[in-house]
Amino acid sequence: MEMNQQYLDMFIEESKEHLQACSDQLLELEKNPNDLSIVNEIFRSAHTLKGMAATMGFEDLADLTHKMENVLDAIRNEKIVVDSNLLDIVFESVDHLEAMIVDIANGGDGKRDVSDIVSKLKAIEAGQLIPTSTPTEQEIAADVYTEEPTTDRYLIYDEYDVTVLQQSKEQGFNVYEITVSLRPDCLLKAARVYMVFEVLEKNGEVLKSFPTVEKLEEEQFDQTFQVTFITKDSAEEIQKKINKVSEIDKVVVIPLTKEMIKEASKEELVSKEQLQQESKKSEQQPSKQQKKSEPLKKESNATKQSAQSKTIRVSIERLDILMNLFEELVIDRGRLQSIATDVKHSELTETVERMSRTMGDLQNIVLTMRMIPIETVFNRFPKMVRSLSRDLNKKINLEIIGAETELDRTVIDEIGDPLVHLIRNSVDHGIESPEVRKAKGKPEEGTVILRAYHSGNYVFIEIEDDGAGINKDKVLKKAIDRGIVTKESALVLTDKQINELIFESGFSTAEKITDVSGRGVGLDVVKTTIQSLGGSISIESEQDVGSKFSIQLPLTLSIISVMLVEIEKEIYAIPLSSIIETSIIKKSEILNAHNQKVIDFRGKVVPLIFLDEVFEVPRNEIYDDEYLSVVIVRKGDKLAGLVVDSFIGQQEIVLKSLGNYLKNIFAISGATILGNGQVALIIDINALMK
Amino acid sequence: MATVVEQESIKVIVFQLMDKEYAIPVSQVQGIEKMMHITRVPRTEKFVKGVINLRGVVTPIIDLRERFGLPSAENTESVRIIIVQFDDMEVGFVVDSANDVIDLPVNSIEPQPEVVGVIEEAFISGVAKIDNRLLILLHLDKVLNISE
Repeated sequence: MEMNQQYLDMFIEESKEHLQACSDQLLELEKNPNDLSIVNEIFRSAHTLKGMAATMGFEDLADLTHKMENVLDAIRNEKIVVDSNLLDIVFESVDHLEAMIVDIANGGDGKRDVSDIVSKLKAIEAGQLIPTSTPTEQEIAADVYTEEPTTDRYLIYDEYDVTVLQQSKEQGFNVYEITVSLRPDCLLKAARVYMVFEVLEKNGEVLKSFPTVEKLEEEQFDQTFQVTFITKDSAEEIQKKINKVSEIDKVVVIPLTKEMIKEASKEELVSKEQLQQESKKSEQQPSKQQKKSEPLKKESNATKQSAQSKTIRVSIERLDILMNLFEELVIDRGRLQSIATDVKHSELTETVERMSRTMGDLQNIVLTMRMIPIETVFNRFPKMVRSLSRDLNKKINLEIIGAETELDRTVIDEIGDPLVHLIRNSVDHGIESPEVRKAKGKPEEGTVILRAYHSGNYVFIEIEDDGAGINKDKVLKKAIDRGIVTKESALVLTDKQINELIFESGFSTAEKITDVSGRGVGLDVVKTTIQSLGGSISIESEQDVGSKFSIQLPLTLSIISVMLVEIEKEIYAIPLSSIIETSIIKKSEILNAHNQKVIDFRGKVVPLIFLDEVFEVPRNEIYDDEYLSVVIVRKGDKLAGLVVDSFIGQQEIVLKSLGNYLKNIFAISGATILGNGQVALIIDINALMK
Repeated sequence: MATVVEQESIKVIVFQLMDKEYAIPVSQVQGIEKMMHITRVPRTEKFVKGVINLRGVVTPIIDLRERFGLPSAENTESVRIIIVQFDDMEVGFVVDSANDVIDLPVNSIEPQPEVVGVIEEAFISGVAKIDNRLLILLHLDKVLNISE
């Protein structure tokens, strides 16, 4: 059971990756519909997914993937032309697959009604049945056909056939199913078929063929066809005789047993219901085809994958343990270093130094391992925006900036849903329809910008659109209607406060409720989620110009660059992202303004904050120096000068929480463990400058 | 039922503050550490000494003497930090010394601590008499509750 769970986890993770790869590549394909290498990529992902799903016993998943694969196969054989309709359906399939994976991840069985999409895929695939016969296209398709199973049985028998076959057997005839593959570069397929049939008919009787004789004569088949043959000759003889026909790649002769006849005739019953021989073919294939084509696939995969980076999965828990153990090691290193300095043994000193350097590198690796680029969340949005904009008949361009911004895994896991809400909101309520945009003198295509960056101890994620912006009168009216604010209090609300009203629960300004957003449960949920992550959300909006939602998230457990400063014997860390510069000023340069000590910093009046006072640092003697060390920090547009005793230097540190016991410590956002094993506190500039 | 209870006992860590012995159930104790560097955390309660690096985990430290309103003492060799876990909090207690681990018969615990009439009374869940020693059992949630 535990093993199963382990495989299941792996399956879910990998499936997600493959689906992601599929949607990424599909978007790519939409831009370059003629690039068949992209189709190959998608095909490969889909194929692997299908294999995994089948192995894990998720039949619906495997089945749908298989149908999708068939379509992709047709695309890369240039039998179907890529158009947006087709892509829509493939995208839809990917959505279904995603939903199944999610279901499986949540402990479900991955079952889902996909008949609708399956029939759509079938329809596309059916369009493929008119084969192309120009030589160039066949050459492209060649490698695919080598993967086609040559011994799959497509032949089906009705009652009459079964009787004939049985009688023939009783009369001492041999019954064979012969699969003939023509060489991929074969130019005159119909002629070769004719020759094969001639050979066969000299030696016995052809009962059935797949495709039908008519189709074969019209060259409506790939390289392979099958016939049921009744003869007195042996299999070897037949094979030899057929092989004499030129441009034949392979001939497989299988004696037809009673069981096989039965099996094939049973399938006939099913296929009658479905009335679609072609679909039968595809359903018959999966397991067999998979096994057979696997070795071939692996070869092509190996060459392609060497370019991609190889990864393994490690649980976060283990990384935490590794991190803690590593920090233990850092403490011991500190001790060793001090011993080495005391002992003054040159070899010892040398070894310790070398060890320190190695550990420095190791530290970097350990620290960065827990971080994931926000890309993992962002990369599902292009597809989402695409399908939303199609649903809403809008033209929308999604720009993603700062996808490489790294965030701790824990935050990444939580931030997805709120972002989905916000983007849906921007697409649905923000961006206007092309006609409206035109009328307003804006470009028809709306732009939604998704931006992520580090600043201070926070990660900021912004969703900006150039849409309609917030209609303040409408918001106010609705808020009053819904009883969120009273008429009297509404009068004194600032623009900002009015904007914030849309985060109130039970608020929805969409005139018509769409299934995209506007169920009135969107934005207040977003706000709650973000607040539960210790973050905040704000909105800037100008009517007809656009809106910008800014999410501020704390960097729990992430690595930040800090400047270490010393006050008396205490060491504090100031996040480098808040620091403008450090400077040494003379005491005489301090000015007094409104009971506030300020300095003139490049023409700006900058207030001074004496950290020893703020943090009540115990002083043994009054600190009095002619010069002050000042760190100039910034919060938004505001500047301040933090007065410290001395600067120590810059360092990359891991942000650690102070634990559940010490919460809401003023102006301290967390702690970190220094190289010597001691704890240093990290100053929260945002709180300090309030 | 009564006979069963008589045989039950709990394992406790016994530590000393001034001249009194206190006890915390072993199940709540994560470990006992020697005194190490404590980083002061500004603007906290006076009994919060600061935080230590406990094998990579930043752990707050409470000076139990301060917490109980006892006079503070010089750091000696015997001073220990007892790491306790309560709810989802991990906190270290600075104590004069950690003396013993003993099995405390449940029936030796008297729930009403009438003997003590000092500040720490609020933090006491019971007293136990064993041999000639008087052990004071602590109410961890009260000790850790800052807002009282």
